Amino acid sequence: MGNEKVVSSRRKFLKTAVTLAGATIGYSWLKSSQVLLHAAEPKDESLPWYGIVIDIQKCIGCGNCAKACKNENDVPKEPFFFRTWIEQYTVKNDGSVDIVSPNGGIDGFEQRAPAEDIFKSFFVPKMCNHCSKSPCTQVCPVGATYESPEGVVLIDEKYCIGCRYCVQACPYGCRFIHPVKKVANKCTLCYHRLKKGLAPACMEVCPTGARMYGNLRDKNSEIVKFLKEHTTQVLRPHLNTGSKLYYNALSSEVR
Amino acid sequence: MKFYIPPQITRLALAFAIFISLFLVLRHFLVPKTFGVYGHYRAASLIDNAQLEIHYSGQQACFVCHQDIEDKKAQDVHSDIHCETCHGPGEKHVVNSKVEKILKPTGREFCGSCHALNAAKLKSAIFQIDLKKHNIGKNCIECHNPHQPWEMKK
Repeated sequence: MGNEKVVSSRRKFLKTAVTLAGATIGYSWLKSSQVLLHAAEPKDESLPWYGIVIDIQKCIGCGNCAKACKNENDVPKEPFFFRTWIEQYTVKNDGSVDIVSPNGGIDGFEQRAPAEDIFKSFFVPKMCNHCSKSPCTQVCPVGATYESPEGVVLIDEKYCIGCRYCVQACPYGCRFIHPVKKVANKCTLCYHRLKKGLAPACMEVCPTGARMYGNLRDKNSEIVKFLKEHTTQVLRPHLNTGSKLYYNALSSEVR
Repeated sequence: MKFYIPPQITRLALAFAIFISLFLVLRHFLVPKTFGVYGHYRAASLIDNAQLEIHYSGQQACFVCHQDIEDKKAQDVHSDIHCETCHGPGEKHVVNSKVEKILKPTGREFCGSCHALNAAKLKSAIFQIDLKKHNIGKNCIECHNPHQPWEMKK
């Protein structure tokens, strides 16, 4: 009698343990693949969820975006501090790649080689990717940087302690320490303008319409239409940052 | 005897109670009021960020007074270019147009920042000019009206 009881309770225990372990592994597998497929879309559906598109074929490297960003957001004028900047890529016939960004492109660009030596050349504007799984917000020890309900990565300047963790965590190099305020600084997608119904300064002044922002949640928005009709790519997709900055016609040379 | 608690445990429990309540009191005063409303951050910071001043007013603000330029611009290839692309930030001018004047760039180099020949620009993206060959010594605006570039001045 006693032995039977032990065997039956052991069997029961093993059954429960195996079921629980199986369910846990199965659930975590399902959940992780969901996270990979869909970036963490915030729950509040009354607010827009912003994404950005940059069309490399339209960018002419005039530098107006970088200049306007500095004017709009009081970014220091020294050439080390940028919330957005432009890089000129020149792929030569011998396969070498030349990347320059003099003063972030604010003063314009010169062609880097005679036309006959160039295999291809293009401009790549860079800015905060407003990642939905952003590495920079995850490393902040005090909760001074965060993703807003609209999907904009912002900084709380009053709360930031200037520890620079986020600066080194951003794989796109989009953050810097403000030399006067001594706190982290970055692109806010001109959050103050968005809230007033205006376009971000860089997009306001872009003469060719190479930059576009819009509500990713609204399936009829211009940006979603663009993403459907074009082959777009984010920077460093292998890092799984959930970047919401999509580049059209992105070359593999771009880092 | 069943409910006997040793004195060292009582003292330890007391110490824990003091530390925990001290922590809770400090936490109450040190954590900002709106922290954690939406997530692990100060919700009031959203308002701080939203209340920053704008410098670029957007071209609709320009067209309130400069209706004539809007009509002119609409007829030519510069129709999609917003005023502040060339004229710079205009919010101060919008608020106080008597005192704050807007930027009027005139130089050849300024037009060249978009129109200078460069292999990195797609030919279909922009009309390009070799500044080293095209009417050297002359300013672009001597022939072209910047708001209507293809209506040549005589």
